[in-house]
Amino acid sequence: MKVLFSFLAVILLILVATMGAFITNLHFVFGIIIPYLAFAMFVGGFIYRVVKWGRSPVPFRIPTTIGQQKSLPWIKQNKIENPTSAFGVIVRMAMEVLFFRSLFRNTKTELREGQNGPELSYGSAKWLWLGSLFFHWSFLIIIIRHLRFFLEPIPFAVQILESVDGMLQIGLPAIYLTDAFILVAVTYLFLRRIFVPQVKYISLPADFFPLFMIMSIAISGILMRYFYKVDLVAVKQLAIGLATFQPVLPTGIGPMFFIHIFLVSILFAYFPMSKLMHMGGIFMSPTRNMISNNRMVRHINPWNPEVEVHTYEQYEDEFREKMKKAGIPVEKE
Amino acid sequence: MAPKVKLPKPGELSKIDFKTPATDWMDTPVEFKPGTFCWGSKEKDLLTLGLPNPRQWSPADEDWKIPEGWETTILEGMAERLSKYRSFKIFMDICVRCGACADKCHFYIATGDPKNMPVLRAELIRSVYKKYFTKSGKFLGRLAGARELDMNVLKEWWSYFFQCTECRRCSVFCPYGIDQAEVTIIGRELLNLVGLNIDWISGPAAACYMKGNHLGLEPHAIAGNIESMVDDIEDITGIRVNPTFNRKGAEIMFVTPSGDLLGEPGIQTCMGYLMLFHELGLDYTWSTYASEGGNFGFFTSNDMAKRLNYKIYAEAKRLGVKYIIGGECGHMWRVLNQYMDTWHGPADFLEVPVSPITGTVFENAKSTKMIHISEFTADLIKHNKLNLDPTRNDHLKVTYHDSCNPSRGMGLLEEPREIIKAVCNNFYEMPENTIREKTFCCGSGSGLNASENMEQRMRGGFPRANAVKYVKEKHGVNMLANICAVDRAALPALMDYWNPGVGVTGVTELVANALVMKGEKERTTNLRFEDLPGKGGNE
Repeated sequence: MKVLFSFLAVILLILVATMGAFITNLHFVFGIIIPYLAFAMFVGGFIYRVVKWGRSPVPFRIPTTIGQQKSLPWIKQNKIENPTSAFGVIVRMAMEVLFFRSLFRNTKTELREGQNGPELSYGSAKWLWLGSLFFHWSFLIIIIRHLRFFLEPIPFAVQILESVDGMLQIGLPAIYLTDAFILVAVTYLFLRRIFVPQVKYISLPADFFPLFMIMSIAISGILMRYFYKVDLVAVKQLAIGLATFQPVLPTGIGPMFFIHIFLVSILFAYFPMSKLMHMGGIFMSPTRNMISNNRMVRHINPWNPEVEVHTYEQYEDEFREKMKKAGIPVEKE
Repeated sequence: MAPKVKLPKPGELSKIDFKTPATDWMDTPVEFKPGTFCWGSKEKDLLTLGLPNPRQWSPADEDWKIPEGWETTILEGMAERLSKYRSFKIFMDICVRCGACADKCHFYIATGDPKNMPVLRAELIRSVYKKYFTKSGKFLGRLAGARELDMNVLKEWWSYFFQCTECRRCSVFCPYGIDQAEVTIIGRELLNLVGLNIDWISGPAAACYMKGNHLGLEPHAIAGNIESMVDDIEDITGIRVNPTFNRKGAEIMFVTPSGDLLGEPGIQTCMGYLMLFHELGLDYTWSTYASEGGNFGFFTSNDMAKRLNYKIYAEAKRLGVKYIIGGECGHMWRVLNQYMDTWHGPADFLEVPVSPITGTVFENAKSTKMIHISEFTADLIKHNKLNLDPTRNDHLKVTYHDSCNPSRGMGLLEEPREIIKAVCNNFYEMPENTIREKTFCCGSGSGLNASENMEQRMRGGFPRANAVKYVKEKHGVNMLANICAVDRAALPALMDYWNPGVGVTGVTELVANALVMKGEKERTTNLRFEDLPGKGGNE
């Protein structure tokens, strides 16, 4: 049901896109207005969410310590997973953001019946890490590659990236590695939500929808590049027009482009109101981005509340006689 | 109270069904099976603490006696916490349900109940957050994973937030560092707004508030308990140690969990402190007012935790000590390390801790001015300040259980190991994925070490016990060392259940057994009055 709903939603979007693609009168809406709207929603929504997070303070310094603390000089501190310096935190965050360090730790728990009763084992489980890494890096490289549509001249770095991505030199135009990787990775991420019972059980429509969207975007992009070709010069004219806020609508781009850009627009617009915001959230997660120097530097809580306490005077008033009898010194005889 | 529930046999408990239920989790009602949940908080304790909705109630009853309009209370409480805790807000928003946390939770591993996966435990509250605090949840409802807050949801929260021990293991594996402990802490705060706590937490918290410690020991009882330990120490070593209480002008105040003052093997750890400090000639004092290192307020709400924690700095100031040493305890150190200074600092009336024996300056505690006994002892050992005879522990094959909080809320990993290796000749580590930052909870942390939920405790401790079993079979391990009072209270039952024959000890007890004190008589027994290896005087 959850899968079906998300699937149908994406199919519906594709139908809308197709309609837009084949009705020339709608090209202005699908090629210019919707992309602008989507971009505005993306940027505005992203900033709104981040600002909203930022408005809530971090009352306590709560890093998850995943290694030896700094204590005695001869005990080797884990300076990255239990960082006491800003540099340590930067390295820790970079490891998380760029290489998914915590996911790399993943294990798979298995229970089996051994000779002397049940045995739990924790095997290595790197597939999720690998799949995610391929997925995210491919996505990033694809986005950077697309800069060639928005920039003239095309920056050297983008050209280098393109040629590395197309280094296999198979086909014409050359097949990009990342196109293959993202399709494989997104399929893997989808299949594990279907076939791993626990993951299936926790999955929501909101988990399938972005996967289908990204899958459709990738497929429409590939179709456009290899099969239903579009006029690239016209596409670039349109893209540069959008980027410079002097939108133009060249004729004869080809329908597949409008399907592609519509799906991309929907994903961008959807992004800030969805779990995809983990992209921003990961940078602000207090268990990872704080310096673990709790006993060295006091952390200030801006709303540190006044609380009712039981004072020593109250305590002694209640127990004075008993304390005196037990030879425990008291303030008031 | 209901009749005592029979604890299933280990063979039954270890048959774990990992099949997911046929119904979606939102349609699977919460069950209250005797033996798996704790009793509700008592009226008198909530009155003592001034907490909302004091009344007699039982979770086994249909009617939990929650006041009209409780939904508003909870939702307003959520709004308030969303504006106060960035952690809560972010953790509600960014989970992608990748499932990496799922089989990292000891309660999930041992129950197979999907709502014990950290991701779903968070989803219990996230679904309500979505409904009332996000547009997508408001409009799309269940399609966006949102649901209405009703009495069944509230009961479900109570059930599952008191099946989480706030151990933070999931947060080690989460790619965004989402910490279920943080979600549980806030979930419990919300529950407390309408008077939903468990007896095993609110009882000790109330005792601690009024009497200074969770056990409710009054000052003369503390002195009396320690006095009888002093007698035992004299019997064993021939040396009479001389602890002081509430003594002004001492250099150091010592604070340990009150669990060390009553019952084995806590008291042997406590005897260890007494012997060690005596041998060093340490100028230190106990406090009967700040007689609790642990903090069951932390399992209630942040305010409650702050109210209990107040006594430590207040008493250090009144007594005019220079700094504080803290004993072996788990969540106590999470609180002392990550919360105390923020609540009650700056402790500018204290001085940066300096070991009077070695001169080591504890720069790592230069703001809080409170150091861990293991840091203190490891420093002594490194500088050869203790005369140790590890052969006295030769009958022990020791493994070490990292307590959750010192591991994942502090990073105290090597200090206790250095100590154990210096005082024991036979030390074996459990498998890598079950120790240090990946350690498994005892299954009874965060206030769940009651007796009425014994079945759930034995389940929750199963992964820990299973790792002990591994080294028991491989190396003949017969002693499980730890630095936590809840461990010392909970692990003996867990070992008896899963691994009979494995004992439980505090690290400082091992130290004291190996410690050759100046002028001591030849010891024939250890601190438990058991014959020392090769010195069997009683045969």
